[in-house]
Amino acid sequence: MPDMKFKLKIWRQKNEKTKGSFVSYDLDNVSPDMSFLEMLDALNKRLVESGKEPVAFDHDCREGICGSCGMYINGLPHGPVPGLTTCHLAMRYFNDGDSITIEPWRAKAFPVIKDLIVDRSAFDRIQVAGGFISVTAGAASEANAILITKTKSDEAFDSAICIGCGACVASCKNASAMLFVSAKISQFALLPQGHVEAKARVRAMVQEMDRQGFGNCSNTGACEARCPKQIKLTNIARLNREYYKAY
Amino acid sequence: MITLNAKIPEGPLEEKWTRYKSTTKLVNPANKKKLDIIIIGTGLSGAGSAAALGELGYNVKVFCYQDSPRRAHSVAAQGGINAAKNYKHDGDSVYRLFYDMIKGGDFRAREANVYRIAEVSNQVIDHYTALGVPFAREYGGTLDTRSFGGVQVSRTFYAKGQTGQQCLLGAYSSLNRQIKAGTVTMYPRRDMLDIVVIDGRARGIIVRNLLTGEIERHSAHAVVLASGGYGTIYYLSTLAVNSNASAAWKAYKKGAAFANPSFVQIHPSSIPQLNEFQSKLTLMSESLRNDGRIWVPKNKGDKRPANDIPEEERDYYLERRYPTFGNLVPRDVASRAAKERCDAGYGVGETGLAVNLDFRDAIKKHGKKVIENRYGNLFEMYQHITGLDPYEEPMRIYPAGHYTMGGLWVDYELMTTLPGLFSIGESNFSDHGANRLGASSLMQAAGDGYFILPNTISNYLSGEIRTPRIPTTGSEFDEAEKNAKERIAKLLSIKGKNTSTTFHKRLGKIMWDYCGMTRNEEGLKKALKMVEELKKEFWSDLMVPGEGADLNQELEKAGRVADFMELAKLMITDALNRKESCGAHFREEYQTPDGEAMRNDREYSYVAAWEYNGDDEPVLNKEPLKFEFVELKERSYK
Repeated sequence: MPDMKFKLKIWRQKNEKTKGSFVSYDLDNVSPDMSFLEMLDALNKRLVESGKEPVAFDHDCREGICGSCGMYINGLPHGPVPGLTTCHLAMRYFNDGDSITIEPWRAKAFPVIKDLIVDRSAFDRIQVAGGFISVTAGAASEANAILITKTKSDEAFDSAICIGCGACVASCKNASAMLFVSAKISQFALLPQGHVEAKARVRAMVQEMDRQGFGNCSNTGACEARCPKQIKLTNIARLNREYYKAY
Repeated sequence: MITLNAKIPEGPLEEKWTRYKSTTKLVNPANKKKLDIIIIGTGLSGAGSAAALGELGYNVKVFCYQDSPRRAHSVAAQGGINAAKNYKHDGDSVYRLFYDMIKGGDFRAREANVYRIAEVSNQVIDHYTALGVPFAREYGGTLDTRSFGGVQVSRTFYAKGQTGQQCLLGAYSSLNRQIKAGTVTMYPRRDMLDIVVIDGRARGIIVRNLLTGEIERHSAHAVVLASGGYGTIYYLSTLAVNSNASAAWKAYKKGAAFANPSFVQIHPSSIPQLNEFQSKLTLMSESLRNDGRIWVPKNKGDKRPANDIPEEERDYYLERRYPTFGNLVPRDVASRAAKERCDAGYGVGETGLAVNLDFRDAIKKHGKKVIENRYGNLFEMYQHITGLDPYEEPMRIYPAGHYTMGGLWVDYELMTTLPGLFSIGESNFSDHGANRLGASSLMQAAGDGYFILPNTISNYLSGEIRTPRIPTTGSEFDEAEKNAKERIAKLLSIKGKNTSTTFHKRLGKIMWDYCGMTRNEEGLKKALKMVEELKKEFWSDLMVPGEGADLNQELEKAGRVADFMELAKLMITDALNRKESCGAHFREEYQTPDGEAMRNDREYSYVAAWEYNGDDEPVLNKEPLKFEFVELKERSYK
């Protein structure tokens, strides 16, 4: 495939305190095999070589597993292809000459730090509140002492693969973190190891979620549709059930 | 010159660790909370040790460059984690795991350390399972295992192709528990710029707050580096693009010896480079070699689509050369064999720098459903990246820089040659010799973090209980901070024409060409000159826009590339010094007539621990490797 050209409209914001705005850039010589982030790398190379500040964005593993990257691409978290993180989104999914609008996550609990970088530490604080099983190194029993059916274990895995990117919050009109919280609650609710502390865990995590300023869930399902790991909405139902059980 | 004392306990191999634990000095609970420990990195080793040390009651401070500790690069490990559980009843044991690692590492690792990691491997699996890590299970509810390269037993525990993610999130959860308990304080988005040494001991660090650009001082009674490997020196590698060598390099320059820096694992199966802006090569897990068959056309330059090439015109070169292990040979062997075929003109794809990894026969035998169950996420990833469907045509793969066996020299207690500075996980050199076997990096990182360091650090800290909390106002802190600030100012002041990425790419190419899968004296000497010139160019033509007192990603990169320039020289020096081939270190001058690595045990059965010597050449210290429990053999997979 021949190289492509794009018109980019990118949110530039110096820091948390200043106001941001869109800046337009024309970019050509984009190979269809490039990932979306490599396309931004190409733009940044041009900017830096002319002494200008590059577009700041979070990224690291570039293989869809660390959860660092994430941005609205034409209004959609991680862009138009379901099941992909921004770093895995290839430019061949766009048409030559397309205009692409790029913005940071928009949510009260995720303040913008610079350009496309937001502060997602609220997610960590929810996990600190209760996203763990209290077992001290050395205290574990033999791994096969507790049998777990394969279906339960696989189901727990499907919840456990959340990468904490924040696309669920970004896609939700209420900026709710229910999918994120429910994935962790579900993983532990499905495993016998998690049962001992189930009640305290769900209370603590939900309370922290509310404290961090995330909105409520109104069951639109946008989070499931945009989750790059395709975490299911049924997790939220399980979270609600666990929550009722806890009081 | 430094003295290398490995402090290996006396006694039979299988009793060393137990004896050590029973006799090492302890710190009483009341004193533990008065002792501060700094940990750099939150991967499996860093997060694990932070949790375990917090659980013991120490006062722990943890630093990472990512926005959250959950993103450390352990997250990307795919295939699995080894343990000697022998759940498959196929003859596995702690000894066999130990032996496989010693042999896989081509007899260049320390026996006592390797035996110990094999010993704690079972505890690691127990612990992760208790933390809620959803490892794959059998229908009867027990844990499943699979086989991995270089061994003949099935000892690899896994969670689909995301074992690293699941283990890391387990470690992250135990870290969070300690953050909540108040024993651990987390400092994300920090880059370590220097180690502070007071009276010959590691006493603190200088970090840059990546959000504000502020330079911070932190002190402790001991510092632990869990900062990972330096495989990104090749620019194109399977690592996270921000992974870097800087913390380990700063430690080296402050007196910690760097061991076997040229021992670098080139992973045989990554997706080949697709465009010039690519900064990352995505790995396709070694587990794929359980079912996939590797081949190239028998005829040179055969450009037909893979599916049009009839069976008799395919060369399954690994099965041909290594009938016993076939496609499951260790990584170094598989990588070199791929390079050999491609260099000889049999490579596939547009560039000829790829080989086929074919699932046709496996799909025929087991059905698409089974293959999808085993590798679904990897196949999907491949298709998204390349636009090609591996269910219909073979994957194309090529070797890529991956893991560094080399790292900071540590003794049995995982302490470097700088007292009070410890190194765990990939950042140390200790357990993999000259080649790491698949699924043993997670094992080592977790073992070091949860079960080894917490037992060994107390021996050092027991001597520190009378040392009051260390102030950060001393002249050593002033000096280290001043140096860090000066370097930042220098990087910002060059205002040249090229980005640090451009320099990194050029450095990576030199290292890949001359200090990669195979090396020779002429090439290494040439590379030494090229790196020297590139370094000069870097310091005169670098462009870093923006300011130091701000979030500045170009500045972060520039600092890391500057350190890579120096490390590259040490890697080449080490590769030049080692006039033998062993494991991943393949000197073309030293090979058997059929192209296998030729070791020289008489002259090179030692760990090369390099000591920083200012602007002069580094000093080589040798730790002789004594093999008391295994017999040195030619490593054969035929």
